[in-house]
Amino acid sequence: MAATTESAAAALPATDPMRPEPFEVRHVTRETGDTFTLTLVPVAGARSRPFLPGQFNMLYVFGVGEVPISISGDPARPEVLVHTIRAVGATTRAMQKLEKGAWVGVRGPFGTSWPVHEAHGQDVVLIAGGIGLAPIRPALYHVLLHRALYGRVVVLYGARTPRDMLYAKELRDWRSRFDVNVDVTVDRATMEWQGAVGVVTKMVQRSPFDPSAAIALICGPEVMIRYAALGLQQRGMPGSSVFVSMERNMKCAVGVCGHCQFGPFFVCKDGPVFRYDRIQPFFGMREV
Amino acid sequence: MTIHSLGSVLAEHPFFRELPTPHLDTVTGCVSNVVFPPGEFVFREGQAADRFYVVREGRVAVEVFVPNKGPVTIETIEGGEVLGWSWLFPPYRAHFDARALNAVRALELDGACLRTKCEKDPALGYELTRRFNQIIVARLEATRMQLLDLYGRDD
Repeated sequence: MAATTESAAAALPATDPMRPEPFEVRHVTRETGDTFTLTLVPVAGARSRPFLPGQFNMLYVFGVGEVPISISGDPARPEVLVHTIRAVGATTRAMQKLEKGAWVGVRGPFGTSWPVHEAHGQDVVLIAGGIGLAPIRPALYHVLLHRALYGRVVVLYGARTPRDMLYAKELRDWRSRFDVNVDVTVDRATMEWQGAVGVVTKMVQRSPFDPSAAIALICGPEVMIRYAALGLQQRGMPGSSVFVSMERNMKCAVGVCGHCQFGPFFVCKDGPVFRYDRIQPFFGMREV
Repeated sequence: MTIHSLGSVLAEHPFFRELPTPHLDTVTGCVSNVVFPPGEFVFREGQAADRFYVVREGRVAVEVFVPNKGPVTIETIEGGEVLGWSWLFPPYRAHFDARALNAVRALELDGACLRTKCEKDPALGYELTRRFNQIIVARLEATRMQLLDLYGRDD
């Protein structure tokens, strides 16, 4: 398998990549207590932004700051930008207060993408933890749109509690399909929850896919990524078939400033999607 | 169901897979088939732990009762997994509640019977202990990951 992440060239910004363009908040969805989804549309001459699954945009709250946010919408609908955001810092907290009609600045899309074309003819295993489901979702949209091109499709999702699960309705819709296997687990629950309790990595062992003919996409906390990749390797899947989305402190988004350096890579330019065997040596390296 | 068919079912369960036939025959003498309807307790905290279960189908919640909060599920056990290891270690008491979340089909193994057989056959004892240790290590790792609260807020 020629396992490289997709070229982002098809979806690179055509204008100055350092200049934000104005987008209007068309819709706000409250996902959980601290997580929300913004649906954005271009305004004032800005252009729509075709993107590849796994890419990210830089979102700018005027007068507050700019942050990298993965695109979580449908790549087949580039006329809207969908971003699911967790309020953890000054800028994302300011975003949480935005209402319909507000404007934000958008740069992007940037970075590498999930290898959805390389996965043709193979099983696809999508493993997400917490808000990691957001960057995975565009890949799932793509796979479901082109369902006949893939083997078994498996979604493994872990959240902190049932209340912290993203996209609850869509998860139910995906689970109701006969051509997708969706397993959800939470770290803790009270007795109202009838689903699985345990870590997402445990589900890897019993998940129905062929490790010799599958591609895995993982997104979540780095510790989870490490254990999920280990679980996949224990099932016989080579590191060259495992792809992960990394998160670092990205500033310029074009590989100039160096804020997001990860070993010999810049996450903004060489990532955020990496083939696992290429970055595995740097996982757990404290100096990186 | 005959003893032979129970042995076949046992041999297909991941926990007993590739167990040498003489050991499998020995273990099969301590097995019975059980079904738990949704909501029924498989065992309760503090009860004598004289049994363990290899789950064939369904989901079991391992719970601990927290005062002022009620039962909290700390783990679920599903088809292909093993429920209960307190039968292996003194004082042979269950440390948690185990409750069927849906219809559960399982094989129930008599721990007291197995302990006696393991005393007489150290090779069987070693093999079972080795397999249980793998489960215990995996669950310890999982518990440590849960303690990290990976999906919690960073600030």
